[in-house]
Amino acid sequence: MSPIESPAVAAPRGAAPARPMWHVMLVRPETMTLALLVLGVLVASEISPYFLDIRYILKSFTLSAEFAIVALVLTMVIISGEIDLSPASNMALSACLFAYALQAGAPMPLAIGVGLLAGLAMGALNAFMIIGLQLPSIIVTIGTLTLYRGLAQVIAGDKSIRVPESFTGVDTALLLGVPVPVLIFMALSLALGLVLGATIFGRQIYLIGTNEIAARHAGVRSRRIKTFLFLAMGLVSAVAGLMTASRLGSVRYDLGIGGELQMVLMAMLGGTYIFGGRGTILGTFLAAWLLVIVTTGMIVADWLPAYQLCVLGVLLILSIVATNIIYSRTER
Amino acid sequence: MSEPTVTSAPLLSARGIAKQFAGVEVLTDVDLDLMPGEIHALLGENGAGKSTFAKIVAGVHRPTRGSLTLIGRAVEVSNPIVAQKLGITLIHQEPISFPDLTVAENLVLGRHAGAPLARVPWAQMTRDARKLMDLLGVAIDVTQTMRGLSIADQQMVEIARALASDSRVIIMDEPTAPLTPKEVATLFAIARRLRDEGRTLIFISHRLEEVRELCDRVTIFRDGRKIATEGIRDLDDAAIIRQMIGRPLKEYMHKPGVALGDVALKVTNLTSPGLFRDIGFEVRKGEIVGLGGLVGAGRTDVARALFGVAPAASGAIEIHGKPAVIADPTDAIRLGLAFVPEDRAVAGIFRTLPVEQNITAAAPGRIAPNGFIRRAVERALARESVASLRIRLATLRQPIGELSGGNQQKAILARWLLTDPSILILDEPTRGIDIGVKAEFYDQIGALAAGGRAILRISSELPELLALCDRVLVMSEGRLTANLPRGLATPETIMRAAVPRSAERGAA
Amino acid sequence: MNRISRLLLRREAGILVMIALFCLAVGAVKPHFLTLDSLQIVLLLVPLTLMGAMGQMMVIVARHVDLSIGSILGLTAMASGMMFRYHPEVWWPLGFVLSIGIGALLGLANGAVVTFFRLPAIIVTLGTLNLYRGLTFIMSNAKQIDRQYVPVELKAMSQTSPIFGIPWIILMSFAVALATYYFVMHTRIGRQIYALGSNPVAAPLRGIDVTKVTLLVFTLSGALSGLAGIMYASRWGFVNPSNTGAGFEFQVIAAVVIGGVSINGGVGAVLGTALGVLLLGCVAAALPLLGIPGTTQNAIYGAVILAALLIDRLVRRQGQRGAAIRGAA
Repeated sequence: MSPIESPAVAAPRGAAPARPMWHVMLVRPETMTLALLVLGVLVASEISPYFLDIRYILKSFTLSAEFAIVALVLTMVIISGEIDLSPASNMALSACLFAYALQAGAPMPLAIGVGLLAGLAMGALNAFMIIGLQLPSIIVTIGTLTLYRGLAQVIAGDKSIRVPESFTGVDTALLLGVPVPVLIFMALSLALGLVLGATIFGRQIYLIGTNEIAARHAGVRSRRIKTFLFLAMGLVSAVAGLMTASRLGSVRYDLGIGGELQMVLMAMLGGTYIFGGRGTILGTFLAAWLLVIVTTGMIVADWLPAYQLCVLGVLLILSIVATNIIYSRTER
Repeated sequence: MSEPTVTSAPLLSARGIAKQFAGVEVLTDVDLDLMPGEIHALLGENGAGKSTFAKIVAGVHRPTRGSLTLIGRAVEVSNPIVAQKLGITLIHQEPISFPDLTVAENLVLGRHAGAPLARVPWAQMTRDARKLMDLLGVAIDVTQTMRGLSIADQQMVEIARALASDSRVIIMDEPTAPLTPKEVATLFAIARRLRDEGRTLIFISHRLEEVRELCDRVTIFRDGRKIATEGIRDLDDAAIIRQMIGRPLKEYMHKPGVALGDVALKVTNLTSPGLFRDIGFEVRKGEIVGLGGLVGAGRTDVARALFGVAPAASGAIEIHGKPAVIADPTDAIRLGLAFVPEDRAVAGIFRTLPVEQNITAAAPGRIAPNGFIRRAVERALARESVASLRIRLATLRQPIGELSGGNQQKAILARWLLTDPSILILDEPTRGIDIGVKAEFYDQIGALAAGGRAILRISSELPELLALCDRVLVMSEGRLTANLPRGLATPETIMRAAVPRSAERGAA
Repeated sequence: MNRISRLLLRREAGILVMIALFCLAVGAVKPHFLTLDSLQIVLLLVPLTLMGAMGQMMVIVARHVDLSIGSILGLTAMASGMMFRYHPEVWWPLGFVLSIGIGALLGLANGAVVTFFRLPAIIVTLGTLNLYRGLTFIMSNAKQIDRQYVPVELKAMSQTSPIFGIPWIILMSFAVALATYYFVMHTRIGRQIYALGSNPVAAPLRGIDVTKVTLLVFTLSGALSGLAGIMYASRWGFVNPSNTGAGFEFQVIAAVVIGGVSINGGVGAVLGTALGVLLLGCVAAALPLLGIPGTTQNAIYGAVILAALLIDRLVRRQGQRGAAIRGAA
């Protein structure tokens, strides 16, 4: 032990005594998420033995995989001190443009390009208004969520646009016995977890979220980083939109409706601090599984969609309350 | 001026007042009597406890021990509302107001209890507000929102509030920092009038000259204790300073003589409309150049422009003889600049993040040369910094918010030293730090200069500017008004340069 | 003329100009738009949004947001609807008490979670938006309340009128606007809402009971959404568990933002908000006339919100630069 780090028995005048290591490691929201996940699995397996079949769980995950993927990037956005409520609408508009392009005769790669570009453009609009014009992200993304969903409505009307056979079925495709969407989620979790936790880019996101002014003064390029995050949100939302189109076989303007709730919920359940500066990919990863267990459990238990909506709403509130309590407990 | 008469019955008495914050005792065993009809100064260095004591009297903090008596009756000032009812008003350093409401509304809000649905008497309110303003002799339009008012005017409104609620005890916490001398004169005239009406004013300051001009009695605080209470005429400056600091001024403020090198930083015609104009100066290697002036003169704006936080609109900057374009703090850091900002809570520390992350925040290249953070390297660098600056903490991984102000400031300095800067810009680096740590800072900064770095030090403390700097620049109203080598820098020359010319004309 | 009125007048005048320009533009293409008939249509589109906007204005002035007002509208409409259907013997005006009362309770719940747990209202009301919508489904068993069950007298309130041919529903919404004006400008607690939004830190130091005021604005917002709920049944004649009130919050926020209410709190006026509602009403009325499908409405609301934010930002930047040049060194 170095001479500086004395056992925290009597704190030297000038600092409060430190929390013991085990306290730091265990008393955090991710632990709560893990505990809930374990609890959820146990309860769910009581309801139906299917739950202990890993393939069943993996298959159920494909229904939420698109939201989960976006939730990972959303976590990073929230940690940086902003929020984005527009991704679900982004998914719908990207998918609609993609399907529309296909209908208009564009070849598949071009249509995909259109969809992805659209998503990127939507992310860019968010970035411009939030970072360029310095407007509060909450109200801007409420505006853009309305706008994007509205544009999707303009393009697709009330109709479904079918998607060619060759494109459908990404959720049934298996690689190594695991559905592709789940693999994408796991891979992205790993990658982003590494980025957030071990790279300087990730560290700077935490700095920005904790105190943006101090971060700027320390030479952190906060505008660049935040712009990048919103563009990433745009792109990943477009990818998620295309994945959903593939899964459903058709595209409607209300694709992914209500998705913003699920994404924010995953981030919050994972212990992401709504005010920025704290949160982990691990937490969101666990929370995504937790949410899948909860929603699948409700479906299997034959609960009406209405009940499910209520549960999700309540869960959102409870998760932020709990996260806030844990974070304020550990602060002095 | 009449001799302050000490009537036998004190208006407000404090006995044994003590206060702890998170286990640290900041105020110990303070006994004090305040008489009606006096202006009483609380004098002391930053962190000496005078502000804390006043806040206890005003109900902002509750004392850990001790009691207060108001006109013989024991009182518990549990919150500011109670204080107001008892006739005690605190005027904060930065006036608290509701910026979107009018002056008249700000004067009224919170003064009367009343039914929630009661009708708001707009006309009456406006009339009363105008009367108050006239009483103070201040020409403020009471129907405009607070947002547009200058700090001085906002203070006037706060005083008007105190008058309106007929306060017996009015506490003013460092009110003169943002004021021009003319505004200070107005403030002092009003204060004297209030005193002559029999009210008690508590004037918190660390500026000797003002205290001497305005106050009847003075209580000196040091290190959380009350050292003495005397009539202002019974103490000379040297005695006061000795009691404030504990040792004579000369003993701990000194600057080692250093050979000066080439020009490291050269600024020419730097201009940012509305903030500062035509700023030009040089700082050599090994030199400590002080930048003095009143609050609001534009010094921090110049610093922010140099560092790229808010670049100037026009002008030239040369670093080590080469022209430089600084559009961003990243540019500045690359060119070897470092900037320790004024308000560390706002622009300095990442309160909830570990100390080691705070220390390495500006040196990503050293802890993550190819993008991935090397924890071992980070820890080693942090450990070195902690040792060399003698930062007191329990562990490196504790949140920096748990450290005391002085140690936080040291960590910020450590952060910048890790970037190996050749030019340091320090904005009020020792503000809000207790005496012992201040001395360490002075030594540290001196050592940095001795090592060949160029240092620009913004300070509002005349003693610091006089004792620690090779040259003193003074800014006033956005312009550079003086460039004084050590020999020519005196309190008079500095103050004269700091005073806005318009105010001077007004006072004449 | 003091500076505030000067400022406000600028904003309201600007909106009026926008309304005038818009109507003239549409009228140039479709002269039918500029008739009294059209005015009736516009005014009939307006009342629900106006009621909701008054509530939301107070919430935003207090520095919060309420995203759940659409779901509150739906739930309260359904509550009265179900009373009309399953208990037609009950005196129908009690529907008002029911809707407003339930709306107030739901709003109070929002406010309680926000104050007692110190959570951002935006996320809390995102949660209750879904929760209340789910409850609406549950209690109605996912079934719509059809036209025949809504009392004739209630429906008549949107058609018949006591004076000047202006239907009750429009008069009601004006009354709400006037009452809100009086409340926020001339009562102590109304002013405290502005104080709280202007400086939440200073508010408790000046004797403002932050909890009380916060609970109040959310309760009022909920109650007004409840009123809008039962008036929905009056205006449209049916209540549907999934559609009723869906998207209401965006309409209202768009109107409020146009009307000059600042997201940062402390600033906002009834007149401006009402004009914002009116502008949106004109736009909504013009769409079918111009042959633009109703599906574009949401896109328009979104674009309007963004445009209003943009304009606000540009105006503020000008103001700041002006102040800086005037010499605030």
